[in-house]
Amino acid sequence: MRARGWRLAVFVFIVGFTLNLVGIVTHVVVSSLAKRWFATPLPGAFTTEWYAYAWREFQLGDVLTVTATVAASVTALALLLGFPAAYVLARRGFRAKNAVLLLYFLPLLIPQMTYGIPLATSLYRYRIGGTITGVILANLVPMLPLAVFVLLPFIEQISESLEWAARVHGAGRWQVFRRVVLPLALPGLLTAGLLVLVNTVANFELTFLLSGAGSQTLVVALYYAVFAAGMRPIYSVDAMAVIYMAIVLVILAAALRFVRPTQMVFRLGGK
Amino acid sequence: MKRRGVLLLILPSVVYLLVMFVYPFAYGVLLSLHRPKGPAGMSLANYIAFFADPWQLRTIAVTASIAVPNTILTVLLALSVAYAMRRGIWAERTITALLVLPIALGTVLIAEGINGFYGPKGWLNQLVQAIGIPDPPRLTHNYTGVMIALFVQHFPFCFLMLLGYISGIDPALEASARVLGARPWVVFRRVMWPLIAPGAAIALALVFVMNFGVFPSAVLVGQPAGDTRTIAIAAYQQAFEHYDMSMASAIAVIMGLCQLLGLAIVVGLRGRLTATGVATLGTGKR
Repeated sequence: MRARGWRLAVFVFIVGFTLNLVGIVTHVVVSSLAKRWFATPLPGAFTTEWYAYAWREFQLGDVLTVTATVAASVTALALLLGFPAAYVLARRGFRAKNAVLLLYFLPLLIPQMTYGIPLATSLYRYRIGGTITGVILANLVPMLPLAVFVLLPFIEQISESLEWAARVHGAGRWQVFRRVVLPLALPGLLTAGLLVLVNTVANFELTFLLSGAGSQTLVVALYYAVFAAGMRPIYSVDAMAVIYMAIVLVILAAALRFVRPTQMVFRLGGK
Repeated sequence: MKRRGVLLLILPSVVYLLVMFVYPFAYGVLLSLHRPKGPAGMSLANYIAFFADPWQLRTIAVTASIAVPNTILTVLLALSVAYAMRRGIWAERTITALLVLPIALGTVLIAEGINGFYGPKGWLNQLVQAIGIPDPPRLTHNYTGVMIALFVQHFPFCFLMLLGYISGIDPALEASARVLGARPWVVFRRVMWPLIAPGAAIALALVFVMNFGVFPSAVLVGQPAGDTRTIAIAAYQQAFEHYDMSMASAIAVIMGLCQLLGLAIVVGLRGRLTATGVATLGTGKR
């Protein structure tokens, strides 16, 4: 039957695509563990020396510190600024609401390369280009809206009558927030925080345009290593890639416990 | 909550985006209309210089030749697969979790992986040679490599988005059409497609815009000095190699306008695609 043939074709495609993905990732991992590898199915000998080599040569200790600093700062700031905004957007209508929603949507819709260059120009003009501060501020531009849009449905799910009931029983506004809203919003905050975290770690374009020598995140350092491919053994570059991949996968695994993959697709990078 | 309360809670984030997004963008546009060493006052000198220089102008054609076919292919395939999986499929959670991987891992890692796996000494080439094809085509550091990289990154995103959208359509509509005797293709064309079309339009627009801004893939898996010198590369070079910020801003503006043009075309097509007599119900959650 034609329908069955169609479904078979789709299934074959999915299997092919998945194998392709597995192949790409596995190749990187195997290469990072190879002593030497040229056009054979598997390398002749294995070693872990490239990891130590990569750690030294690419200064991964410093790079990881920068990455952690940037990721943690962006996540904290995105939640700090985004949670109140999401609360207001979920609870209240106001005249400028549509304009505000558009303002939040634009940094997610417009590719980072398009607004990143003018942003870099401005930040360099004010002498914060090339610094960790600059990287944090730049990454916050798309991450703040992301946090808001992820938090919105979670806050909408918190019934407003719970807050009213607390007020009726004499709770002040701060108490309502601390004892009613915040605990109920915790899953949303966790989800938003993890998504912002994984996005910031994996985010390339903005960090690339804004970082200097001492403010590169891991993915930018990886780019430069791949770009200058002839200067270092490819195995060490792949070792660095594996370290990057491990970090992203750990955060991703944590995030996937709270959110379904179809919900994650809100401009998760991809250029 | 009084107006003041609303304002206080939302102001910090709005101000932040106005200062860090709207202002730099506006400043960039203004900057693009000035020449650093030319006559004071606004002029289109940068834009004229861009369009007069064939080496720069061709970046639009190069980028479009990458973005347009890739977008159409990606959306068509994602649509087909998502439509086939609309009623659930075996191992769905595993497959969707696996497909999030390229999105989360990002461009640089995928690029490095493709250079290895699809490279001249990689597993794919070894397999092809092992089954007897003597002279396999070159798949990396060229146009093909960039196409592969973009597809691997954007197919999962497009697929997951469309899957979510199509799953949100009321299955009773399809069931009623089948009961009334419509064959699968007719069901698709007359009932499902008009409901899917808005989602497909959004997918086309988003994927096109993402594809048009391609940068790291074009550099790492392509030929940035030649075949795959995209407009983003041109903008980057002006900013960080020639330190000509006003020209770089001009190129960024041109890139943005091209993306806007693509968006406008999709929106225009969407009107023609959804002409039908079936009422629109059941939009999916995005």
